[in-house]
Amino acid sequence: MKKIVALVLALMMACCAALALAEDEKVMTHEEYAAADLDSPVVIETYVQDHQAWWNDKVTVYAQSEDGAYFIYELACSEEDAAKLVPGTKIKVKGYKSAWSGEVEITDATFEFVDGDPFIAEAEDVTELLGKDELINHQNEMVAFKGLTVEEYVDENGNKTGAAFAYKNAENKTDDLYFTVSKDGNNYSFCVEFYLRGQDTDVYKAVEALQIGDVIDVEGFLYWYNGANPHVTKVTPAAK
Amino acid sequence: MSRRKILSLALALTLTLPLLSACHGSRTRQGFTIPDTFDGSKTINLVFWAKNDTNKNQTAVYRQAIDDFQKIYPNVTIDMRLYADYGRIYQDVITNISTDTTPNICITYPDHIATYLTGDNVVTPLDGLIHDEKFGLGGTEVRFDAPKPEEMVPEFMEECKIGETTYAIPFMRSTEALYINQDFVEKLGYKVPDILTWDFIWEVSEKAMEKNEDGTFKLNGQNVLIPFIYKSTDNMMISMLKQLNAPYSSEDGEVLIFTDTTRALLEEIYTHAKSRAFSTFAVSSYPGNFLNAGQCVFALDSTAGATWMGSKAPMMDIHKEQVVDFTTVVRPIPQFNPDHPQMISQGPSVCIFQKTDAQEVLASWLFVQYLVSNDIQLGYAETEGYLPVTLKASESAEYRDYVSRKGEDNSEHYNIKIDASELLRAHTADTFTTPVFNGSASLRSAAGQMVENVTKSARRKEAISDEYFTKLFNDVTSLYRLDQIGKAGEEAADTSMKELPGETKALLIAIPAIWIVIGAVQLVQLKKNRKKKEN
Repeated sequence: MKKIVALVLALMMACCAALALAEDEKVMTHEEYAAADLDSPVVIETYVQDHQAWWNDKVTVYAQSEDGAYFIYELACSEEDAAKLVPGTKIKVKGYKSAWSGEVEITDATFEFVDGDPFIAEAEDVTELLGKDELINHQNEMVAFKGLTVEEYVDENGNKTGAAFAYKNAENKTDDLYFTVSKDGNNYSFCVEFYLRGQDTDVYKAVEALQIGDVIDVEGFLYWYNGANPHVTKVTPAAK
Repeated sequence: MSRRKILSLALALTLTLPLLSACHGSRTRQGFTIPDTFDGSKTINLVFWAKNDTNKNQTAVYRQAIDDFQKIYPNVTIDMRLYADYGRIYQDVITNISTDTTPNICITYPDHIATYLTGDNVVTPLDGLIHDEKFGLGGTEVRFDAPKPEEMVPEFMEECKIGETTYAIPFMRSTEALYINQDFVEKLGYKVPDILTWDFIWEVSEKAMEKNEDGTFKLNGQNVLIPFIYKSTDNMMISMLKQLNAPYSSEDGEVLIFTDTTRALLEEIYTHAKSRAFSTFAVSSYPGNFLNAGQCVFALDSTAGATWMGSKAPMMDIHKEQVVDFTTVVRPIPQFNPDHPQMISQGPSVCIFQKTDAQEVLASWLFVQYLVSNDIQLGYAETEGYLPVTLKASESAEYRDYVSRKGEDNSEHYNIKIDASELLRAHTADTFTTPVFNGSASLRSAAGQMVENVTKSARRKEAISDEYFTKLFNDVTSLYRLDQIGKAGEEAADTSMKELPGETKALLIAIPAIWIVIGAVQLVQLKKNRKKKEN
């Protein structure tokens, strides 16, 4: 009898532990993620869309699922695994929901590869949302803006530069590019993030070739830095 | 914008530090002997690695310095490579030491030089050059008006010594300052003292957290308010320990930071992070952005970031419509003993790398000397809240005129910028630096990492306990390889065994205990079986 009681107790404890573990590991939908408190633990499954240069066992990942997108800041990752994080790859990520200068992101995260068909998001045209509060609902997604006009770049000192863009490091061109576009009379800041698209990439060169007044179509990840600040991946003359 | 990458680079660079001694050192370079003459007929190409603070004016000063120097010494050309952060310079220097392709001249920190010195004759000792009659500071053969040795600020020169040898020349100096929204402090019923205590900061910050029924903060009517934000948590912990005269490290690199004092400070920080009255740059963002948006009472940042501070700041990182109007005042960092204020001295120095051609090294030295001449010192200092490193510059009529015109405009004479640099001038004797040794940069980072970790833990509602701090101390020791630094290695290893987490201890005891029980049961069973057989 004692043996049976002990066995039942042990089974109950094992079940409780398994349930607790399962609750902790429960994969969230994007809606659940969006509703989660800042600084709370989160677990998601998503698909890599792109990533910044791997460095020091970390990689910053742009990820998106069919129901929403994620920015995973400095995901713990070996160089070998980073090479496998090609667009479309499904991963399970555990970390903490955080916010930095308005960018909602996952930090202090680890990941594992998950079997599954690849998913690559189409850029959604959100041009009509520029300047509207609803734009933030697309934060981190691959988005497109059509028919934007390139404006003269005004630097941090408020000085007009006479140029269509600015180098963060003009001397050596080894850092981000900034440019300003307008739509319907309002200006917006865009960025070519160097660790995502370096100086040898098409988009970096395309922005270097911009002229004030050019009308362009832009694609990129809808990053946030004190407001929308897309990390641009493609710039082309506006389709007529 | 992504100025944030500065942080990740700075953190990451320190992780490589203690490994460096294994990376190089096999190559032996000859020591440097000062030539009798400077060969003006020989073409000399120098490489200069510099850094700017996302400030184009600083790039312009460097460029002008190079152009002017090349006119004075026409046989010398200088190729500048400009970096956005010190971490990348450091990383690239390390990479280039092993291939003997270091630059000639490099903006650097003494902590970094201490690591470079683990190679043979990598960095040129400067004592002989400084005092050389012909080519020394203000020497007879120097073709421009350079400062004499006694015209350098002695405290700043002292910081460039490692042991008894000078390996760098200070280029600019800054400290940290509190940028305060005075209107908020007064609205909360306080007056801003000349020197604030930590108790004052915590008390006012907590009071600022009161909310309206709709969830907005009473102080600013906004949904966001972080009363106190510290940019450099490395400096925060280091300054607190220094002010308390508490252990940090020995001069020769023994790690002494893991004490009850450190723990008590972290517990205090945890309390205010939990209430959200305190946060850090790494967790939230730039203190200046929150300050300028009326979402911060006390923003603690470098005096070299003064042009970003205040509602009329010439440099802005947030949209105009987010900026609120308020009165900014500048004060020294909070103190435990306001009668004896102590604050960190920081800012770039310049070192020269050894080369086989003595003329190349001499030309490098002349350029370094040019960087501390008045034109460059004044030009660069005025780009931010920097203080010139020479008395010749800071006591010049031109500099006094610049200071006296404080507030005339919100650009060149921006009052907060000049207040910040004057703060350092007034408190130069109250500044300190931490001991420099191979691995000292790692220890700095570890000090900050502990602040970051408890801040995150507080926000994530993780409890702190004896086990928490044991784990924290072990984690940062491991992450920053503090157990590989000098004498600290033995102690850290010893500590890691003595202070294992409770669960680990229990497991280590339980596993052998289970095996003993299993063994005992088997033995009893064996004896029973034998008895049965015998019977």
